Amino acid sequence: MAKLNTLIDSLNAVFGDKLVSLKTDLDEVTIEIGAANWLEAAKTLRDHAELRFEACVDVAGVDYSTYKDGIWEGQRFASVYHLLSYAHNWRVRVRVFALDDDFPVIASVVDVWSGVNWFEREAFDLYGLVYEGHPDLRRILTDYGFVGHPFRKDFPLSGYVEMRYDAEQGRVIYQPVTIEPREITPRIIREENYGGV
Amino acid sequence: MASEIRNYTLNFGPQHPAAHGVLRLVLELDGEVVERADPHIGLLHRATEKLAESKTYIQSLPYMDRLDYVSMMSNEHAYCMAIEKLVGIEVPVRAQYIRVMFDEITRILNHLMWIGAHGLDCGAMTIFLYAFREREDLMDCYEAVSGARMHAAYYRPGGVYRDLPDVMPQYKASKVHNAAAIKKMNSNREGSLLDFIEDFTNRFPTYVDEYETLLTDNRIWKQRTVGIGVLTPERAMNLGLTGAMLRGSGIAWDLRKKQPYEVYEKMDFDIPVGKNGDCYDRYLVRVEEMRQSNRIIKQCVQWLKANRGPVIVDNHKVAPPSRVDMKSNMEELIHHFKLFTEGMHVPEGEAYAAVEHPKGEFGIYMVSDGANKPYRLKIRAPGFAHLASLDEMARGHMISDVVAIIGTQDIVFGEIDR
Repeated sequence: MAKLNTLIDSLNAVFGDKLVSLKTDLDEVTIEIGAANWLEAAKTLRDHAELRFEACVDVAGVDYSTYKDGIWEGQRFASVYHLLSYAHNWRVRVRVFALDDDFPVIASVVDVWSGVNWFEREAFDLYGLVYEGHPDLRRILTDYGFVGHPFRKDFPLSGYVEMRYDAEQGRVIYQPVTIEPREITPRIIREENYGGV
Repeated sequence: MASEIRNYTLNFGPQHPAAHGVLRLVLELDGEVVERADPHIGLLHRATEKLAESKTYIQSLPYMDRLDYVSMMSNEHAYCMAIEKLVGIEVPVRAQYIRVMFDEITRILNHLMWIGAHGLDCGAMTIFLYAFREREDLMDCYEAVSGARMHAAYYRPGGVYRDLPDVMPQYKASKVHNAAAIKKMNSNREGSLLDFIEDFTNRFPTYVDEYETLLTDNRIWKQRTVGIGVLTPERAMNLGLTGAMLRGSGIAWDLRKKQPYEVYEKMDFDIPVGKNGDCYDRYLVRVEEMRQSNRIIKQCVQWLKANRGPVIVDNHKVAPPSRVDMKSNMEELIHHFKLFTEGMHVPEGEAYAAVEHPKGEFGIYMVSDGANKPYRLKIRAPGFAHLASLDEMARGHMISDVVAIIGTQDIVFGEIDR
């Protein structure tokens, strides 16, 4: 816990009012940084002697549009980074919201951590987050010629097209999906103090 | 005479046996030297993360087995840890020991698969057969405890599904084995599962010696791996590599030591570290890891034999009641019904839980908005970061070295494509 406080103090000292927010929950520190300051902040996070986040372990795109069944206010897309410092043995989670919901752009940090290259490609592919300055922003997981960003909350689970072999044409073709999406277990958020518990 | 020099683009895979599954690799070659390696992945993409958003927490658990399908329980472990962190439950000690034991069994399973496949890639046939001989025993442990040889779904949020069995399943007489042969095959299966595992841990170091006789000083093996795919510690960190890929470059980083989870703090084991950061050092690191895992399993077996106790929490909002209680008690029946229909509700928040998976750091980033399903699940697969570094590692090497580098990265497509 003492270590966590050191980290929080350092983060506050280094970034000051550039931090949009700093939260500690479940022994994890989460900071939010404005999209405009992100690239510069990333360099500081890596190089500052009191932080030294040598590695970016993970980048996750998040679409908050249906969070708590749609009460979310604020930007829709965020890119969440998990940084790890080998020297200090601590982690931090950084959330950067893309300012424009229709064309979400976030600065790429490939030059800071080479390892994020594919992670950013993945978030671009699945969420349509555009990483400005990425050297090779191609789709990575979906099929060649895929349309849309499948992990967005408004993209149906069963997708729009399916693929099958067509005997007449003698090749594999795409066609609109023929399966009905079904929800076996409904998604439920219980109200506060449900059932007096 | 000026000869015409051309660069080739070679398409390697996705049906190539050395591609370890469904890797499509586009290689730009200058003669036989690789100028650029561009892996095309996603041929096994099943959108596990999206599927999890539409399923309750327990329903998604078996998907975890199918991520890295050679180290099944380690994947479940990270998933369960993320849920436990969010819900705030403490796992019973016995369950923690069982988890650590099976994590290490899984590590050996994974490394055996790796050593066999890596050996095959580099032209060593025998090692594969040797490795699979021992994998069979470990698969039997999986089967004894969960009923499935691979996709166990044994770890559950709050503990493990059931306690270790007191009897080990035995071979039965058949057309190809007579009674005497069966008796011999069953000789180490007379007791409980723990006895069987203990017997295995006593045999295993000799087996590792056998693998080492085949490879460690083998001239061909060394020619194929020494000085191939060298990574400096700085680059390894910057590329986000973890596990043996990082330790092979000389960084003593292991989550089991540095950020211990479960009962790893109480275990006595060492972290092997490489020097040169090449394929050979990573090979040595992994072989030593097998020996260390064996040590950990021994300690767990000892503890588990001496101590009994619950293996899953007694919180029926998270873990189901026992079958007997469920069938004799109305309250428990309701709990059972609610848990398996609506599922558990995880408090709002976000958590990142990472385990030292056999391949590296396997993490689960989970965002919950308080519903019975995760709002967002991100799987941090170590292999994904490793394969991303293939381009840098393979540049300037020959085509045949690319195969050695893929082998050393321990690629499994279940986790990379998710």
